[in-house]
Amino acid sequence: MATKLLGLWFGLFIAVSVHASPTIEHWQTTNGARVYFVPAAELAMIDITVAFDAGAARDGTQSGLALLTNAMLNEGAAGLDTDQIAAEFEDVGAQFSNSSQRDMAILSLRTLTAQSALEPALAMFSQVLTQPDFPVDSFKRIQKQMLIGLQAEKQSPAAISSRAFYANLYDEHPYSAMPAGNEKSLTQLSIDSLKAFYQQYYVAKNAVIVLVGAVDITQAKQISEGIAAGLSTGNAAQALAPVKSLIADKTIKIDHPSSQTHIVMGQVGMSRADADYFALYVGNHILGGSGLVSQLSNEVREKRGLSYSVYSYFRPMRQLGPYQFGLQTRNDQAEEALNVMKNTLQNFSDKGPTKAELIAAKQNITGGFALRLDSNSKIANYLAMIGFYDLPLDYLDSFKSKVNAVTIEQIKDAYSRRVDVDKMITVLVGGKAE
Amino acid sequence: MLTKFKKIIGLLFIVPAVVSANVSEYQLDNGLKLIVKEDHRAPVVVSQVWYKVGSSYEHNGITGISHVLEHMMFKGTENLGPNEFSQIIAANGGRENAFTGRDYTAYFQTLEKDRLEVSFRLEAERMRKLVIDEAELLKEREVVAEERRMRTEDNPHSLVREAFNATAFVNSPYHHPVIGWMSDINHYQASDLRQWYQNWYAPNNATVVIVGDVEPEAVYALAKTYFGPLKPETTAQVKPQIEVEQRGKRTIEVKAPAELPYMMMGWKVPVVNTVDQEQAWHPYALEMLAGILDGGSSARFSRHLVRGDEVAASVGAGYGLFSRLADMFLVVGTPVKGKSIADLQLAVMAQIERLQTELVSEKELRRIKAQVVANAVYERDSVFYQAMQIGMLETIGLDWQLSDQYVDNVQAVTAEQVQAVAKHYFQDEGLTVAELVPMPLDGNRPAASIGGRHGY
Repeated sequence: MATKLLGLWFGLFIAVSVHASPTIEHWQTTNGARVYFVPAAELAMIDITVAFDAGAARDGTQSGLALLTNAMLNEGAAGLDTDQIAAEFEDVGAQFSNSSQRDMAILSLRTLTAQSALEPALAMFSQVLTQPDFPVDSFKRIQKQMLIGLQAEKQSPAAISSRAFYANLYDEHPYSAMPAGNEKSLTQLSIDSLKAFYQQYYVAKNAVIVLVGAVDITQAKQISEGIAAGLSTGNAAQALAPVKSLIADKTIKIDHPSSQTHIVMGQVGMSRADADYFALYVGNHILGGSGLVSQLSNEVREKRGLSYSVYSYFRPMRQLGPYQFGLQTRNDQAEEALNVMKNTLQNFSDKGPTKAELIAAKQNITGGFALRLDSNSKIANYLAMIGFYDLPLDYLDSFKSKVNAVTIEQIKDAYSRRVDVDKMITVLVGGKAE
Repeated sequence: MLTKFKKIIGLLFIVPAVVSANVSEYQLDNGLKLIVKEDHRAPVVVSQVWYKVGSSYEHNGITGISHVLEHMMFKGTENLGPNEFSQIIAANGGRENAFTGRDYTAYFQTLEKDRLEVSFRLEAERMRKLVIDEAELLKEREVVAEERRMRTEDNPHSLVREAFNATAFVNSPYHHPVIGWMSDINHYQASDLRQWYQNWYAPNNATVVIVGDVEPEAVYALAKTYFGPLKPETTAQVKPQIEVEQRGKRTIEVKAPAELPYMMMGWKVPVVNTVDQEQAWHPYALEMLAGILDGGSSARFSRHLVRGDEVAASVGAGYGLFSRLADMFLVVGTPVKGKSIADLQLAVMAQIERLQTELVSEKELRRIKAQVVANAVYERDSVFYQAMQIGMLETIGLDWQLSDQYVDNVQAVTAEQVQAVAKHYFQDEGLTVAELVPMPLDGNRPAASIGGRHGY
C-alpha cells in the first residue's frame, strides 16, 4: 500500500510540474454516472461530491421541492433515523453536507482515508444517497424550518433584493423562483411529491461523481461504483427552456426600515458553455470583478466613498445566468450611487477597456491561476463544474491561453451584443433619507 | 537530506530558531518575528503580516481606530499612491486583503510562489512609511460608516451582539465593537491615525507568517533584505484591563425591526491565556463541552433542541479558547414558531444542568475527539488557514506550537473534567442574557407575537 501511494505521489508531482493543472481521470460507472477523479496523496483524506441535475430549476410549480428533497436525504435512510445517521458519520470524524441551488443538487462527504473511517463513512454516504426513507416527522420539521427561513429573509435587505431581482429578471423561466420556495408553495408540498422527485432525478445518468483525495485509481473506481450502485440508471434531466432577454427597463422599489439602500441591478448574462465566455469574463473582471482595483470600485468606493462593497459578476449557469451589479449605500445617496454605477457600465460598454487595463487583468487572472487549484476542496469544486456542465477535460489546462487570447475588440463586441445598458432590472430596497 | 542537515545547523548556530515538523522560526535584529511553514502541495505561498493591535487596545472615543487604520494602509505610502499597493499585487496575480479583530490586525497576500518578494517589498514599505492624507481619510470614514451600516445597523443580530458585549464586559475592552461606535467613526482625525500607526506599526510588534511551497532559509534571506532595515519602535504599554468580577445575572432587551426573535446567553469563562498551571485544562474542557452541545448534527443541541423537543429553529454554542483576554462561552438561538425565547432558554438550561449532574458518556467523548483528530487533517487542506492559526496564536501572546498540541490537549479531557467546568462556570453570577424584541418591519402592524418573555 505504501509503495503504491508513493508511486502515485511521484506521478502526480510530475504531472503538476509539467502541466499547469492536475490530470483529471474520467470514466463512467456501470449504470452510467460520470466520474471525475484527481489523486491527492499528501493528506490522508478524501473529498467526494455527488451532483445531480436536480436543483430548483426542476421544481416546476412546486417551488422549494428540490431543496426540501435534498435536505431530507440524511433524515432517514435504510431504517436509520437522523440521530443514527449523524452519529455514524461523526463517530469517525466524517463531514456530510447537502445543498441545492438552481442547477445542481449536491451531497458531499469529507472523510479520513484510514480504513476505520473510510469504510463506515462511505457505507453511510451511499445509504443516504440511495435508500432515503423520507420520514414524516422530519418532513414536517424541515418544512417548518424553511418557513422560518423565509421569515428571516424579510429582515434582510440583501435577501429581499435578491428575491425581487430573480423574480423580475426571469419572469416565467424556472430560474425566477428562489430555491427556498415561498410560503404558499412550501405548505403545499407533500412527501409523495418529494419521493417522486427523488426517483426521477436522483439517478445514475443524471449524476456526476467527483473524488479528490488519497486513494489510487483502482480504489477510486471501487468507491464510485459503490456509491452509484444503489442508484437506478434512469435518464439525464431534460434540457431546460432557454432564457428570454429582457425587453424593457424596469425599476422596483421596496420599502424597508434600513439605514442603507441595497441596490441590485442587472440583466440576463451567460451560460457555462457560452461562446462569449472568456470575452465577457475578462471584460467584467476589469469592470467590476477584480475587487479593489476594478473600475466600479474605483468610481464608487475609491473616488467617492459611497459604498463599502460594490461588485459586478456573471453567474454562468446551464442556461443564461444573471449578470448582476450591486452596492449598498446610505439612503440619501442611493440615486447618486446608482447613477455612478450605471455610468461606469455605460462608459465601459462604449469604450471597452484600455490596453493597460486588459494587460493588468490578464496578469491578474493568469498570474494567479495556481491559487485556484491549491487545495483539494478547490479542485473538487472545479471537477464538479467541469463534469456537471460538460466542459472539456482540458478546461483548466487551456484556461490561461484562452484568457490571454482575449482582445479589446472581442470584449467590446461581446458587450455590444450581450449587454444592453438601457434594459436593466433595478431593485432598490431601503428606507427614506433621514 | 543535505538540505535538511544544513537547515538544522543554521538553526543551531546562525539564528535563534525553532523547528517543529515543517515549521521554521526566526527573529530579525529589529525584533520582527518570521515563521515559515512548508507546504509543497501546490506552487503557491500565503504571506501574512500580523500586528499586535486591535480593538481591545483601544479606549473610548477612538473605538474602531485599528480597523480604519487597516483601511488606510491601502491608501498610499511615501513611495506608493492610493490603491497602488492593490494594483501591484493584482498585476502579480495575487489575492490580498486584511482583517481586524479584537486582538490583532493582519494583512495578507496569496501569490504564486516565485512572487513572494513583491509581498515583502510592499509590506515593508507600509510597515513604516504610511502616509495618512486628510482627504483620503474623510472618504474612508464614509466607507467605514457604510460598512458599519451594512454589518451592524441594518442587521438585528449584530445589534443584539453589540449590546450584549457592552453589557457583559464592563471594563474589559471586549466591551466595544471591533468596527467602533458610529460616533467615533465620524470623528477620527488624521492626527489620531498617525499616532495609532506610530504606536503599533513596527517590526518589533509584527509577526510575518509564510505558508506554502517555499524554502525557509530563502524566505529568511528575503525577509532580512526587506524588513531588516526597518527601525524598531518603543510600542505603547497595554494596561491589563482585567474585567471586574460579575456579581449577578444581567438581562437586556434590544428592540429592532425584525421578523424573528433571537437570544444570546453568555457565561464568563477563562481562555488559555488567562489560566494558571493548575487550571490549564479548563479551556480544553470547555472546548469539549462546546463540542458535546454543538459539535455536529449528532451533538445534543441538534439532537434534542432542534430535533427531539423541536424548540429551536436554530441554536449554537460557541467558545474560543484563544484570545488575549478572558471571554465568554456563548449560546445563541431562535425558537421555532409557537415556542418562546423563554422556552428555548429553559431547554438550553436543562442541557447545561444535565452536564452539571451527569457524566458525559465515553461514546460521546470519543465522537468529539474523533472529530478533533479528523479536523486537524482537514485544516491542512488550506494554506491560508494554517497561516491564520500560527499568526493568531503568536499575536495574542501564545506559542504557535500550541496548535500542534491542541489535539493532544483535547484528547486528554475526561468526562469528570467536563462536569467540573460545567459546574464551575455555568452559574448565574457570570451570566448575561440578551433578547431581540422584533419591531414591525413596515411600521404599521405589530410584529409577530412571540409568546411570554419572562422565562429563565
